[in-house]
Amino acid sequence: MALLLRIWRAVLVHSASAWSGQALSDAPSAVARLDPRLRLVIVLGFALGVNLASLLAKLLMLCLALACCYGAKIPPRKLLRRLLLIEGFMLFVLVFLPFSVPGEPMFTLGALSASIEGLWQAMHIILNATAVVAMVLAMLASLSAFALAQTLAKLGAPMMLVMLMLFFVRYLEVMGTELRRMRASMRARAFRPGSNRHTWRSYGHLVGMAVLRGMERAERVQMAMRCRGFRGEYLRNYPHVWRQLDTLVAVGMVIAMGGLLWL
Amino acid sequence: MALIALEGLGFGYCGREALFRDVSLTLDAGERVAVLGENGVGKTTLLHVIMGLRVARSGRVCGFGESYQSEDDFMRLRQRVGYVFQDPDDQLFCPTVIEDLCFGPLNLGHSHEQALQQAEDILARLEIAHLRDRVSHQLSGGQKRLVTLASVLVMQPEVLLLDEPSNALDRGSRERLIETLLALPQAMILVSHDDDLVDRLATRRVRLASDGLHEAM
Ligand SMILES: Nc1ncnc2c1ncn2[C@@H]1O[C@H](COP(=O)(O)OP(=O)(O)OP(=O)(O)O)[C@@H](O)[C@H]1O
Ligand SMILES: [Mg+2]
Repeated sequence: MALLLRIWRAVLVHSASAWSGQALSDAPSAVARLDPRLRLVIVLGFALGVNLASLLAKLLMLCLALACCYGAKIPPRKLLRRLLLIEGFMLFVLVFLPFSVPGEPMFTLGALSASIEGLWQAMHIILNATAVVAMVLAMLASLSAFALAQTLAKLGAPMMLVMLMLFFVRYLEVMGTELRRMRASMRARAFRPGSNRHTWRSYGHLVGMAVLRGMERAERVQMAMRCRGFRGEYLRNYPHVWRQLDTLVAVGMVIAMGGLLWL
Repeated sequence: MALIALEGLGFGYCGREALFRDVSLTLDAGERVAVLGENGVGKTTLLHVIMGLRVARSGRVCGFGESYQSEDDFMRLRQRVGYVFQDPDDQLFCPTVIEDLCFGPLNLGHSHEQALQQAEDILARLEIAHLRDRVSHQLSGGQKRLVTLASVLVMQPEVLLLDEPSNALDRGSRERLIETLLALPQAMILVSHDDDLVDRLATRRVRLASDGLHEAM
């Protein structure tokens, strides 16, 4: 339970700080100069392309994505941390798929036999995930939540969904903050977790209150936004103009992806 | 013409008995009305009702020669009335201070350049230009308070509603806040438990009770 809580908190805090820190990391890089619309479309096209490609092409696409990360000046440590997070999940795939996919046996473990087909499939999935995450990081990491919302709106995504995304991001942060505050207040009153009734009850209250208070605060935040005239028009006000460079990069991307797919 | 005119407002939270009823108030140009009252009497709630964030059970909110009923009506009111929340954390939501300051002007339909210029001006006026690029949720309580004030002033409202503006401010910042508010031309409704601030700012005082607003000495 305490471990679960810690993971939950880490995810909340990480995703919140990850997002709010991003506007700051918008260092002038080659990628940051591109139109956000283009960046979003590249990510979507790339994700589709990677899924259709052969194993070798996937490997090359991963290299392409990493090159884009370099172009976006993503700090290598940040990149590594995110990728490790994904690879953690991927470890399960690598361990379980060979045993669950039928085919040519590679080796046997008691009554279970690992298949080569399963191993290949695992490789496909791992490469897909890694390449897409790297590309998302390269293209979207420097966009703030607001900029991303504006871009989605400009590309014609339903306003409802755009707002939902925006408030979800804000809500994560709110909940993380509430959780942190309450934990601090618990610790300040000499709370020490153990496996006893008092601890379970307190954690129950903590989680329940985090959700409740998060909701109420989200409501007040939304009120404050309305007071400053927020109605969503703001999101329709798209600040970027499409430039020749964008067309050039778009064509380049299409050719590169086409070539790799044909490979 | 009154800037704000409350006519017999009544409100109660859903499922509870009325918090207050028959609240009437007129705010004229140049006035700074202090609303007093104990904790929990409903001062913050009254400000919410004025801004149309909560729906009154009875009575009307009028102002600038109009009466406000629907959300769309209140949207027009909110372009001319600025509200500084009691808790700054409710108000700040953009990653950085400057983005938060630009939020209002952009909603008013100003261009990015204009919004940025206005934000810079207000930062300079409140002498907090050094906070420009700071992460807003990492500011101190007092700094947050000043930024929220800036985020409302930047929209150049004609009326200000201030909910305990001097909370969490140190003596210097509080002094600067009072000076700033005194120099502002806007009419204000201010809720505060800070006697000295009320003494220096208010041109009129009223006390909120469950049966309405009473003139106070
Ligand atoms: N969201 C809510 N739902 C139900 N009751 C509420 C809600 N918010 C406030 N109240 C209750 O309404 C009453 C008035 O609250 P309000 O915040 O308006 O008081 P206040 O006069 O601003 O007090 P203070 O001086 O402490 O800021 C309180 O008794 C409070 O418990
Ligand atoms: Mg209050």
